Amino acid sequence: MLSWLPQNISTFGGDVDHLFRIIYYITGVWFVAAELLLLYFLVRYHKSRRAKSVYVRGNGAQSAWVLVPVLVVLVLDLSIDKVGGEVWNRIKIDLPPAGDVVHITGKQFNWEFTYPGPDGKFGTADDQTIENELHVPAGTVVRFELTSNDVIHSFFIPTLRLKQDAMPGRRIKGWFEATQPGTYEIACAELCGFGHYSMHGVLTVHSAQDYRKWVQSRWGAPQTAAK
Amino acid sequence: MGAKPLGRAANRGQIGKGNTEVATATPAEIKIGPTHEEHPGFWRSYVFSVDHKVIGKQYLGLSLFMALIGGAAAYLIRWQLAWPETYVPGWGYVEPQQYNAIITMHGTIMIFFVAMPFVLGAFGNYLIPLMVGADDMAFPRLNMMSFWTLAAGSTVLIASFFVPAGPASGGWTAYAPLSARPIYTGVTWGQNLWIVAVAIEFASFLMGGINFLTTALNLRAPGMTLWRLPMLVWMELIAAVLFLLSVGPLIAGSFMLLLDRVAGTGFFVPDKGGDPLLWQHLFWFFGHPEVYVVGLPGFGIMMEIIPVFSRKPLYGYKTIVWGSLAAGVLSFVVWAHHMFVSGMDPRLATPFSITTILISVPFAIMVFSMLATLWGGRIELTTPMLFAVGGLATFIIGGVTGIFLGSAGLDVYLHGTYFVVAHFHYTLMPMVFFGGFAGLYYWFPKMFGRMMNETLGKVHFFFTFICFNCVFIPLFMAGVAGNPRRIYELSSYDFLKPAQHLHVIATIATLGLLAGQVPFVINFFMSMWKGREAGRNPWLANTLEWCTDSPPPHGNFSEPVMVYRDPYEYGNPDAPKDWMAQNEPPAEPAPQPQAGGLRLKGTGTV
Repeated sequence: MLSWLPQNISTFGGDVDHLFRIIYYITGVWFVAAELLLLYFLVRYHKSRRAKSVYVRGNGAQSAWVLVPVLVVLVLDLSIDKVGGEVWNRIKIDLPPAGDVVHITGKQFNWEFTYPGPDGKFGTADDQTIENELHVPAGTVVRFELTSNDVIHSFFIPTLRLKQDAMPGRRIKGWFEATQPGTYEIACAELCGFGHYSMHGVLTVHSAQDYRKWVQSRWGAPQTAAK
Repeated sequence: MGAKPLGRAANRGQIGKGNTEVATATPAEIKIGPTHEEHPGFWRSYVFSVDHKVIGKQYLGLSLFMALIGGAAAYLIRWQLAWPETYVPGWGYVEPQQYNAIITMHGTIMIFFVAMPFVLGAFGNYLIPLMVGADDMAFPRLNMMSFWTLAAGSTVLIASFFVPAGPASGGWTAYAPLSARPIYTGVTWGQNLWIVAVAIEFASFLMGGINFLTTALNLRAPGMTLWRLPMLVWMELIAAVLFLLSVGPLIAGSFMLLLDRVAGTGFFVPDKGGDPLLWQHLFWFFGHPEVYVVGLPGFGIMMEIIPVFSRKPLYGYKTIVWGSLAAGVLSFVVWAHHMFVSGMDPRLATPFSITTILISVPFAIMVFSMLATLWGGRIELTTPMLFAVGGLATFIIGGVTGIFLGSAGLDVYLHGTYFVVAHFHYTLMPMVFFGGFAGLYYWFPKMFGRMMNETLGKVHFFFTFICFNCVFIPLFMAGVAGNPRRIYELSSYDFLKPAQHLHVIATIATLGLLAGQVPFVINFFMSMWKGREAGRNPWLANTLEWCTDSPPPHGNFSEPVMVYRDPYEYGNPDAPKDWMAQNEPPAEPAPQPQAGGLRLKGTGTV
């Protein structure tokens, strides 16, 4: 099961995978124990081996047989809550200081990525909007503001372990930091109409040097872009 | 009313005007035996019947019919996912828009028009009055109306297949604004009819829920205290209360959605100042309790069956009841776990994550109690027992995978993937279909007076159990690989190429799962006419439905029923045999049965 996780290329992806493993092993032990117990009981107490059943109702004191394992479940639940809460806070609540900022807009059935350009401000002439292509530098915190023009979409990059719904009428802030250069796929994870399945984009993570080259190829050399 | 037998007239008296009816009944009017109209005629007997048993069978028939449509939809979905854009035998090509419509209708039908009528409508209606020792539901006409309202809702939903632009295609959750404006999907009347059908269905189960609640609380036979109720009655009761308390907001929401579509309002449309998140809150405030509405009765069925075929009392009866009540209360404060990444305030995620994961506690109580019931038993693996323990075995997977999704930090990744799909099929299938089939095989002799064939039943079980697991275990893996659900075909994503063969396995297993239902259909109809005569109590079970004829006469019991003990007295060493029916008088002179328990009921004076 764990081997099906895609490659992780974000700084918080490791935390998500760690959480996955913790829950996987905790629940895995319970799962195996419960199924083995069930199977054992079915064989051991099958009528071919038994003349008579034991008479136990299990109310009162005997409910301890149920309540003690339940107490263990409770403790494990709370420890999962603790680890999970930390992961959640890191990804969704404690946004680190912004490096680059990009505005992302979902619309049937494309992703639009708007860059502020060299002036670093949105709403100016040097903004550029690129469809379905997100370019970011590796090792830099990228902040995004996500919205939608029409219906709900969900911005999902499996290799970043990042998902966030794009909600019309709201601008939702988020962040990620990619660690490895390469190209990765962006999916839509919320049913958004007949073209939902084809609403995919590409994330290109550049090394710092390549990213400068890419910026130059879009906006020209720094001195000409500066106004 | 005057012609009621004495014992039941006394029961009836408690809900309304007191016991005056007993006093006014003249001796000539008091007779024992079936007391409704003597020859009601075909329409009154089989179509517009007020008899809860006929209505229960009608729910059963309707749910199995709708399951055929839902199953056919599953076939189309699975075929398209395994072998995209190929000719589907018996159908043709599946187009993207059509695909979205099929998944929408599959979910809608299976939840609202199969699961609810099956485990609530059929088993609740058929069994609650029998199990509590009543002659019918508290409000028989309301009961009939609830069924025919549901039939109307089903008709509207089926009609939506045939309107121009096709049926709803916004997902079974109908998230606005996709569902709120025809331009986004191209679907016009299909979505409107979907909303109307679902709203009618809610109205139907509101009526049904009132009946369940009133009957289980007020029509219990003398001696049937709350702590002596069979667990299925408890579960139906809790389910009914959860439904009654949660559905109101969504009925309102569905009207708002309809108005957004046809009257130009903007409750859920941001351009007009509305908020799409409002729909999600309304939907899931109902939607999560709804999971337990359809789930708890399935658990109840398993808990009826496991003691009978282990010949042991149900372990921890009171703990289970308290646990189920706790699950019911918790189910009202977990709904936002469906919305962790929806854009709601992220600070809400942690409290909802904690409540969600805490739900594992009451369910652990139920699972451990069932395991403890098996311990030390004398287990007989009949078909109903196989389905019950098979359901338990599969539910454990559904339960533990809920922890993954309930943890908000991990849900960031797993939300909206096949992991979710596999998880909820692993919770709903065990509770609705394994539980439901277990119940059908178990109560079929009561319903039709004949036994079902055990060999065919076991073939049905093993096909269903093995194929079901082979469908959904691969889908967990696809989900872990990041495969989003509701994707028409995977090939547009490179990262999903390795998951493609998982879908092929799942589809082949689905074909096996569907084929595995054929023995059931044959068995069902063959046994109805040719099965071995069942007699009153073929399983040597204790609950009250087994002390009357199979099938029970109109009015259920030919003599007044008295309850002396708990429902699961199996293997009691003080008893002469290994079972003691709830209505079997004790050997020594009986003390007058007391109305004990929670004292929600007066005594039925005899």
